[in-house]
Amino acid sequence: MKTAADPSTRQNPQGSAGPAGAQAHDVVLQVSDLAVDIRTHRGTVRAVNSVGFEARAGETLALLGESGCGKSMTAKALAGIMDPVCDLADGRIVLNGTDLAALTPKERLKFAGPELGIVFQDALTALNPVYTVGTQLGEAFRIHRGLNAKQARAEAIDLMKRVGIPEPESRVNSYPHQFSGGMRQRILIAMAVALNPRLLIADEPTTALDVTVQAQIMQLLRKLREEGQMAVILITHDLAVVAEEADSVAVMYAGNVVESGPVAEVFADPRHPYTKGLLESVPVHLERGDQLKSIPGSPPELHDIPSGCVYQSRCPMVQDICRAERPALRPAGRRRTPSGTATAAADPEQTTSAGTNDGGATVRPVRTAACHFSEEITNA
Amino acid sequence: MTSSLTDGAASEGQEERQPAGQPPTRNAPDLRDGQPGLFRLLLKDRFAAVAAFVLLLVGLTALVGPALMGDLATKQNLLFANKAPFTMAHGWEYFLGSDSLGRSMLARLVVASRTTLSVALPAVAVALLIGSLWGVWAGYHRGWRENVSMRVADVIMSFPSLLLAVVVLYVFSPSAANIVLILALTRIPIYLRTARAESAELQSRTFVDAARTFGAKPNAIIFRHVIPVVLPTLLTLATLEFCYVMLAESSLSFLGIGIQPPDVSWGLMVSQGRQYLQTAWWLSIFPGVAIVVTTIAANVLAAWLRIATDPAQRWRLALPRKRLIARIPAKEAQP
Amino acid sequence: MPEPLLSIEGLTKTFHVAKSASGNTRLKALDGISLSVGRGETLGLVGESGCGKSTLARTLMMLETPDEGTVSFEGTNPFGLKGKELLAWRRRVQMVFQDPFASLNARMSAGDIIAEPWTTHRSLYPTSRERDERVQELLQMVGLRASDARKSPQEFSGGQRQRIGIARALALKPDVIILDEPVSALDLSVQAQVLNLLNELQKELGVSYIFISHDLTVVRHVADRVAVMYLGRIIETGETEEVFDHPRHPYTAALMSASPKLDVTGAKRDRIVLQGELPSPLDPPSGCRFRTRCWKAQDICAEVAPEPQVLTAPDGRRHLAECHFPLDTIKGLTGAPAATANAL
Repeated sequence: MKTAADPSTRQNPQGSAGPAGAQAHDVVLQVSDLAVDIRTHRGTVRAVNSVGFEARAGETLALLGESGCGKSMTAKALAGIMDPVCDLADGRIVLNGTDLAALTPKERLKFAGPELGIVFQDALTALNPVYTVGTQLGEAFRIHRGLNAKQARAEAIDLMKRVGIPEPESRVNSYPHQFSGGMRQRILIAMAVALNPRLLIADEPTTALDVTVQAQIMQLLRKLREEGQMAVILITHDLAVVAEEADSVAVMYAGNVVESGPVAEVFADPRHPYTKGLLESVPVHLERGDQLKSIPGSPPELHDIPSGCVYQSRCPMVQDICRAERPALRPAGRRRTPSGTATAAADPEQTTSAGTNDGGATVRPVRTAACHFSEEITNA
Repeated sequence: MTSSLTDGAASEGQEERQPAGQPPTRNAPDLRDGQPGLFRLLLKDRFAAVAAFVLLLVGLTALVGPALMGDLATKQNLLFANKAPFTMAHGWEYFLGSDSLGRSMLARLVVASRTTLSVALPAVAVALLIGSLWGVWAGYHRGWRENVSMRVADVIMSFPSLLLAVVVLYVFSPSAANIVLILALTRIPIYLRTARAESAELQSRTFVDAARTFGAKPNAIIFRHVIPVVLPTLLTLATLEFCYVMLAESSLSFLGIGIQPPDVSWGLMVSQGRQYLQTAWWLSIFPGVAIVVTTIAANVLAAWLRIATDPAQRWRLALPRKRLIARIPAKEAQP
Repeated sequence: MPEPLLSIEGLTKTFHVAKSASGNTRLKALDGISLSVGRGETLGLVGESGCGKSTLARTLMMLETPDEGTVSFEGTNPFGLKGKELLAWRRRVQMVFQDPFASLNARMSAGDIIAEPWTTHRSLYPTSRERDERVQELLQMVGLRASDARKSPQEFSGGQRQRIGIARALALKPDVIILDEPVSALDLSVQAQVLNLLNELQKELGVSYIFISHDLTVVRHVADRVAVMYLGRIIETGETEEVFDHPRHPYTAALMSASPKLDVTGAKRDRIVLQGELPSPLDPPSGCRFRTRCWKAQDICAEVAPEPQVLTAPDGRRHLAECHFPLDTIKGLTGAPAATANAL
């Protein structure tokens, strides 16, 4: 078991960008069979059920789903910051070769602190109002690198420069409420990337922001990802953000991953009726006033998830087998090409970021779908 | 049984479906209706039921007790002076002991319950009514109405209430009505402030805005949207005030301007018994216990009522107690 | 364009706030807004938070009183009305709120919530039987069951609650419904249901919508015309396709460009990423409000506030924008000063 890979190699992301680029697309995080239980007054319910995915260096994985589908719970489980009523029931969270789920909370803090950064949705509540921004930014350096206050302050100013906060020297002594929403989000991002983590989890980082600011933040996240060859897990409910920012996507529904694969393939040719329904709910390529294809009903509640397929109550293709048996995630899709060729052409972002990747060294994430009839879905 | 997962997970479609994993319970038909009877809910909650029973008992005692006791409460019998309680040796009327004039404590407590309630209840009710209406009005309209109201409340609060009482009751005769009025007046600011704060917050809520867009008049909105939400809080406050008012009334008695002997109230009994605390503890302890028990019962019932009248909270009461942390078998486990 | 049903001219609203950093206490939330909505039409109102969209909605609902400007609904100004006439006007314009949880009183049943407007407008349905029947009709109209009338709001999901809010807005048979971000609190799959419902209702009842949203995809789908707001002013209006395909104002172009697109096949877009953030409405920039973030800004932009002008493309398509240097995506654009801001 390899622990806290010595930080010296990644102290300077710009400097190591070259050699790191050659090893790009290493799997940084591998999650398998992750399950989270919530203890409620009504008994224990399963909020996240056997979820698995991989995040690769320099790539963005999107966890896509509607509210209550378990995507944020998954993120919290990865970061080890679950509410006291939640339990990690099962699964492996392998970050850089170490299974976080097997560590004690203390070991985990020591190991995951520098390796994993998380950005929350609500920047105002995620920052402590009584400390200056500089103090909060410097905290990570003082704890994990043992720097003194002055050095930490200098690092904090550096960080603020990196995330594009103007006049960092004077603003380092400001308090969170003196910043606008977009700037606060930048500070949160700065805190998350302070120790150059291998993995950055961004939990709805732009939901509370306006579109013009959202574009700025997304640009910043892209820049940081490329600089540090981080793996980014982007948690969002916004299909368009996924289409624009992510390389691969895992679609979640009622605590389960129902479909996953490269974004371009999944969105162009969804192999799960839920993904298809979501895509059709977006009013694009439609004449104004045309009927949108909506998904009837609403997601099941956690204590009421049916025993068969989780999507059965809203699925247009539901059959008896769907009620009887829960489909497992299986390879899906007609174009099951290993890498490069057909798929890369469809996704320009893949091609650019995969440019340094000498062909075939890594296998592209396979497309999977949890549907009994995934091959029968027709996409016009 | 129907409920949501956590408070945060916002009870969506709470009572829409009955989860298949749970056996139906006794009250299931009621609940599907969404409106389980208040009385049945009350029976389900043991504490609230006991509290209601105690209050009922106190009320009945005050109502019919004095008539049953006849003149027992005032009849002096020096042979039985200062008898200790909990013995039937001197007859049932001395079971709770007797005072220095040999009057039956039991009879005095029963008679005093009527005086106490007839002072405390109206005082609390008057203060509650005036204070909350005033506060709700001030908070809803904001602006100068709010400012003036709050300053008035400050003046009343900062003026020593006992001094006010002394002045008023020396000028006017210390009748029960005057005592009620004085006690009510000094306690109005408590309700005024609470009601104002809640109402000021409520008036900016979206559903109040919605009502304004229909053209509903301020008073209509206050009665439809503000008061029902504020009322449970104020009622809880009132039960606490109930205790305070009973004790305040006794301190007036102590100064000689409250309830005048031979009339007797629980508060007066406590203060009269205070000097005998070392020799005859029962003189002040029993009326004290009566005050405490009544107040606690009222409080428990108010707390219960607060939940029971809130549709978003009511499911808590409908919950079978033992199942609070029970595990439902994870359906995923079943193949 | 159909003849305007509701039109506003030069609406201005200033709030007095506690002293800001610059010592300014006057916040101009609306600064000379002019708009009109035709019968059966949907007007999309787009802008970032703090641009004044919600204040405009509240002013139209008479929850705020404007400092200047006129509102005219079929020729009458509601701010001059009193008593019965005012009540009659209120009936014609209704609103659906953004937050389906906060906008319904949790202590009332769904039926009571929908029937609430009639407690003020008694003459509409005088008997309780009529009211009950109408509640059932409305529930069915918005896709809920008649038996749902007895349930309380927390028994419904977010989408269902928004349907109740819509039913309540329909209860008074209004001519105009102001929809303040009606779907932004809803999940995508539910959002589509509600948008479809709104669309059907409009076809069936012929109501006009003022659809306020920050989601450009949704606005493009529902709106006939679009108005773009920035710091209390409408900086561009026009037919939806016109504005979306050929934005004239740099801000509109940036807004369109910034909003992510669900297009996995297309080539990588050249995005305009605006620098900086919305200036504080307490201290708006001099001259053109957008100049601090505009890449086309010149000296004149800081000195002279641009007047609204009608921009006509060679093919005759027109729209209205406030900019000294409108984007010229179609060659041969001609501009003429607009006589009134409602010139279109």
